[in-house]
Amino acid sequence: MKLAIASGKGGTGKSMVAANLAYTLSLTEPVTLVDCDVEEPNLHLFFPAAATTTDVTVPVPVIDEFACKHCRKCEDFCQFGALTVLESRVLFFPELCHSCGGCTLVCPKGAAIHEEQKRIGTVSISTPLPNLKLISGMLDTGIPHAVPIIRTAKKLASGDPLVICDTAPGTSCPVVETLDGCDACILVTESTPFGLHDLRLAVDVAARLGVPIGIVINRSDGKDQATLAFCTDHDLEVMMTIPFEREIAAIQSRGDLLCRIRPEWQKAFAALFIKCSALSGGD
Amino acid sequence: MKICFTAQGETLESPAEDRFGRAPYFIVVESEDGSFEAIKNPYADGGGGVGPRAAQVLIENNVKALVSGQVGGNAKEVLAAAGIAMYTYKAGGTVKDAFDQFTKNTLVRS
Repeated sequence: MKLAIASGKGGTGKSMVAANLAYTLSLTEPVTLVDCDVEEPNLHLFFPAAATTTDVTVPVPVIDEFACKHCRKCEDFCQFGALTVLESRVLFFPELCHSCGGCTLVCPKGAAIHEEQKRIGTVSISTPLPNLKLISGMLDTGIPHAVPIIRTAKKLASGDPLVICDTAPGTSCPVVETLDGCDACILVTESTPFGLHDLRLAVDVAARLGVPIGIVINRSDGKDQATLAFCTDHDLEVMMTIPFEREIAAIQSRGDLLCRIRPEWQKAFAALFIKCSALSGGD
Repeated sequence: MKICFTAQGETLESPAEDRFGRAPYFIVVESEDGSFEAIKNPYADGGGGVGPRAAQVLIENNVKALVSGQVGGNAKEVLAAAGIAMYTYKAGGTVKDAFDQFTKNTLVRS
């Protein structure tokens, strides 16, 4: 079972739900929690532990200016504008390169281009609790491509029986990459016009990817009518509602876990997981 | 000498465009006789990495100077490497206004 926690809007409580769900389930079974919000990973703050960190690299082209005939086949091939061939030199823009390797294939005899590995970030693995494996991807500052880090982090969890992926906010490539291949998806929202606006977008993305969706309303003030109406219209189940409470906010902002401080919440998160399993068509 | 002006339309009366890579048109003026040619920018609606490719359009057309509102970092690197001089015009006038300022040598080189 591979479950994604996404939201559309930032700050709705994705990591809060992911951390508490993983904590609760880890009390009874092995859980792998993957922080796919690689531009700003923060799950390790809930689960401090010594981690093993390895570099994530991507191949980038290196031009041999002596062998290059400046034929421009590489430039014509590159859909991202990463290579510009001038009369007597080639300019390479690493931040535009998507590491597809096409330039090395179209270079006549591959003579003038070879690939070298370039570091773009890291993945860290730790075991903060006996039954909990935490994998955190982290993108280096200034690097624009989050997707290869997310792919590496997810690969490290492949084969694990129960995987929970915390996504980045938004609906762009990092979210798509995280949702891809998941059996179900929890969308965490808040009952504000902004929360609902972005929830619509997130529902659209998950639906297009064919990932079954369930909703969690966080920081509910009891006036959730607009969100509930949207969910009814789109046949989406509100699987859990977390109230707007000062104590919950205080626990969260200390970096603690609601389910550890107030164990009565474990039942609600265990029930949330059962609903997710049902969504995915599993047992 | 060929001078390129970024423009929103196809004529000298068209408003000058502030952006370089996503400018709808490049108006290339021959300074010797004032004749011009409008080139539709094929990358105006491109997804990303349009700057260097738009710069390549100028290189292919043998342009020696560019007048635009703002040129991005990657495009600037290509234009500089190709020896194309860059001048800033963002007064909100037409291509003709920008051309007049260029000929009076009142534009700042960037």
